[in-house]
Amino acid sequence: MEKFEKLSGVAAPMPMINIDTDMIIPKQFLKTIKRSGLGVNLFDEMRYDDNGEEIPDFVLNQPAYRDAQILVAGDNFGCGSSREHAPWAIKDFGIRCVIAPSFADIFHNNCFKNGILPIALPQEQVDLLMDDAQKGANARIEIDLESQTITTSDGETISFDVDPFKKHCLLEGLDDIGLTYEKSAAIDSFETRSAAERPWV
Amino acid sequence: MSPKTLYDKIWDAHLVHEAEDGTCLLYIDRHLVHEVTSPQAFEGLRMAGRKVRAPDKTIAVPDHNVPTTLDRANAATMTEDSRIQVEALDRNAKETGIHYYPVSDVRQGIVHIVGPEQGWTLPGMTVVCGDSHTATHGAFGALAHGIGTSEVEHVLATQTLIQQKSKNMKVEITGKLSPGVTAKDITLTVIGETGTAGGTGYVIEYCGEAIRDLSMEGRMTVCNMAIEGGARAGLIAPDEKTFEYCKGRPHAPKGAAWEAALAWWKTLYSDDDAHWDKVITIRGEDIAPVVTWGTSPEDVLPITASVPAASDFTGGKVGAAQRSLDYMGLTPGTPLSEVEIDTVFIGSCTNGRIEDLRAAAAILKGKKIKEGLRAMIVPGSGLVRAQAEEEGLADIFIEAGFEWRLAGCSMCLAMNPDQLSPGERCAATSNRNFEGRQGRGGRTHLMSPAMAAAAAVTGRLTDVRDMM
Repeated sequence: MEKFEKLSGVAAPMPMINIDTDMIIPKQFLKTIKRSGLGVNLFDEMRYDDNGEEIPDFVLNQPAYRDAQILVAGDNFGCGSSREHAPWAIKDFGIRCVIAPSFADIFHNNCFKNGILPIALPQEQVDLLMDDAQKGANARIEIDLESQTITTSDGETISFDVDPFKKHCLLEGLDDIGLTYEKSAAIDSFETRSAAERPWV
Repeated sequence: MSPKTLYDKIWDAHLVHEAEDGTCLLYIDRHLVHEVTSPQAFEGLRMAGRKVRAPDKTIAVPDHNVPTTLDRANAATMTEDSRIQVEALDRNAKETGIHYYPVSDVRQGIVHIVGPEQGWTLPGMTVVCGDSHTATHGAFGALAHGIGTSEVEHVLATQTLIQQKSKNMKVEITGKLSPGVTAKDITLTVIGETGTAGGTGYVIEYCGEAIRDLSMEGRMTVCNMAIEGGARAGLIAPDEKTFEYCKGRPHAPKGAAWEAALAWWKTLYSDDDAHWDKVITIRGEDIAPVVTWGTSPEDVLPITASVPAASDFTGGKVGAAQRSLDYMGLTPGTPLSEVEIDTVFIGSCTNGRIEDLRAAAAILKGKKIKEGLRAMIVPGSGLVRAQAEEEGLADIFIEAGFEWRLAGCSMCLAMNPDQLSPGERCAATSNRNFEGRQGRGGRTHLMSPAMAAAAAVTGRLTDVRDMM
């Protein structure tokens, strides 16, 4: 997995609540057997009209935000399905960090498996960053995972929480499966015990 | 020993390892797999030279992409990309030796209907699947939730999942339901109450007399939509109904193993003085037949209500409600029962079981659907379809003017050819009314099978109680 240490970039504002996984990547793009190439279809139905032309008003179509690396959004971001195609599309577009008041559980997990940092902050702080993001390409926001801080374009610092294990994995770019293999002996003994206690499983 | 919730008990029974920072490794008893979220996981294993650790605990079935028309054996009914996904599952299942129900098997169906039907899902188990509606299996008192593809790969490789424990929420539905009110109305009403983020960070246990009174099918409907309330999982403590449902299923234990299992299953309940982080109580008598009006499952109202205005809401919901009203083409103040529909879809992992079809048939018997309406019933599995035919339900549907389809996810998420056109309005028994969910520009109203059947007859959203 790609490491996440520091990020300095333009933040795109999406002041909507309940941005669901069907919005992030509509189902017609789930018919792939690869993880890559989904960025062009990120937010497809909001981003393109029926003829496949860009809708100029949509934030990621605006010149200031075409290279956005951060997304600032409303409550309950990523609600809906478990499709990992959602973080794959976000990452493939070039976004490495999503900031919102809250995230749906499965989406939140999926981000960490793909080198994306989801940051949950109180509404007032998200509002502040949303205002900053509205300033466009000249307002770069900095994120430092090690120190768990966000620096706004005005130099204001906001700290954020992150699960220590997930932070460690992101900083080091660690492969979960490799880590779990190190606990194979514990899994073996669980299976032996379980076979005796719950043989019907 | 300190008192525990049902969730605590299942968690403790599956804990392989707990790190100092609270990160846990949880053993997975059943891993369900479908064609959309698994190909990258199998490919990941292959690339890393890893093997499926427990093929015997892994069950696969194609459901999302498969056509539901009677001619689906003809490969031309599938688009090439859909066919590639289904073929990839065929190949991956064969190569890894996992249990598999191909499209041609009568037992094929929606993964969350096949699992319980075949006895793979049992009380006290941990069940995962690369699909958010895995919550369905919680109806058996199994800890069941959706995972992403990276986690699918992790479970295939290690039969475990890295987890943080969730908090405990109790949702109690007291008393009795009124006539015309179903499990779907319960689960939608709860989401309307808590909001789609109300369950975030929690595992919900549903309890109370109205939940106890539900059949296993109804309980699956309730737990299925726990994810729509944001919860990691929904649970219902197993009881005699659960044991009765499981007994004799192909993969349920038999003989002495059954007795041993039963003895353990009977310990699976929340202790009286267990700690709850959040409690919600709703009176069963207060629940009405409901429909959704917007583009979030929390946009729930009784069928007797009118379309709300954006100004009825506060905060971020004002903008969201306006966007929903625009998308749905609805005018505030319009009685919901005057909203005309174009399509009816009865099916999905929420409401594609035999009891759902019986409820629809009870309304449709001897009636015709409104002229010009498109209406389809998609059973949740080949076995549900066969049973409905045996009970004469299929004849009722066909005579009423419904299309009687083969099993699959179908128009719930419209990955197969069953889709809405822009502006088309649908009465649906599925679980999500998101923008574009059933097809770009399509408008979805969620409701129970009986309500969807009533809407099919009148051509508008309808109070089923007027037809009982």
